[in-house]
Amino acid sequence: MIDPQWIGHVLPSSELSLDRSRLRFFAKAIGESNAVYTDLEAARAAGYPDLPAPPTFLFAAEMDSGTSDLLLQTLNIPIAKILHGEQSFCYHRSACAGDCITVLSRIDDIYSKKNGALEFVVKSSRAVNQNNELVAEMRSVIVVRN
Amino acid sequence: MNTPRYDEVQVGDVLPALDLPPINRTTLALFAGASGDHNPIHIDTDFARKAGMPDVFAHGMLGMAWLGRLLTNWAPQSRLRRFDVRFQGITHLANAISCTGRIVEKRDADRGVRIEVQSSNQHGQTKIAGDAWIRLP
Repeated sequence: MIDPQWIGHVLPSSELSLDRSRLRFFAKAIGESNAVYTDLEAARAAGYPDLPAPPTFLFAAEMDSGTSDLLLQTLNIPIAKILHGEQSFCYHRSACAGDCITVLSRIDDIYSKKNGALEFVVKSSRAVNQNNELVAEMRSVIVVRN
Repeated sequence: MNTPRYDEVQVGDVLPALDLPPINRTTLALFAGASGDHNPIHIDTDFARKAGMPDVFAHGMLGMAWLGRLLTNWAPQSRLRRFDVRFQGITHLANAISCTGRIVEKRDADRGVRIEVQSSNQHGQTKIAGDAWIRLP
């Protein structure tokens, strides 16, 4: 059982510098064909200062920083047992290449179902840019298959 | 891109569907690298089998990124306010995912439309369901 004492625990913050080559790699990986995400002129014509990060990209911040792994280690959850249950994004402003995003997360809830066969960890996150402006709020539900 | 106008869309309107090619191991390797999600269960068959799965399977966030493409193909991303999904089933190798969306609500106060989105495979099994709010001009 995951110890519910971790509810309220704040994870170390993660910094993600957005750069064009990574965003183009992500676009390739998801088969993105909209030029706004890969072509600087198209992005600027659409009103962005540089290539925009697609709607789900900021999830990478805590992957790159190792915070997602740290969360599993802290709660003693083997990575082989997890599934992604839910994911939410609430958007406040765009993030583009050249921006530096900081993500700060907190464990909001821990609970189990089916007599502990499934456990759930709920994490909420805030992403701000280099001007400390709120870019997005995120919420993740991780499912642990016991 | 011609952004849909609030006054011209109706509850029940469907978004142009986004159909993806069948998922293969290359798709998953590229997404692991690009997304930063290096969980071996998505890229290492030996690891996946030891974990009790028949083989590697797709990252949930890959399916959500495809639903994101469905939305941003329809309206510019800067108009997207919320995007919430529930992962309902594992997306396996060779699954050919189709992303669909339908307007289910209009909110005059902020010219927002709520779109129900879904991704399903070629056998009609739902893999992801959710909704998004988009503010239209």
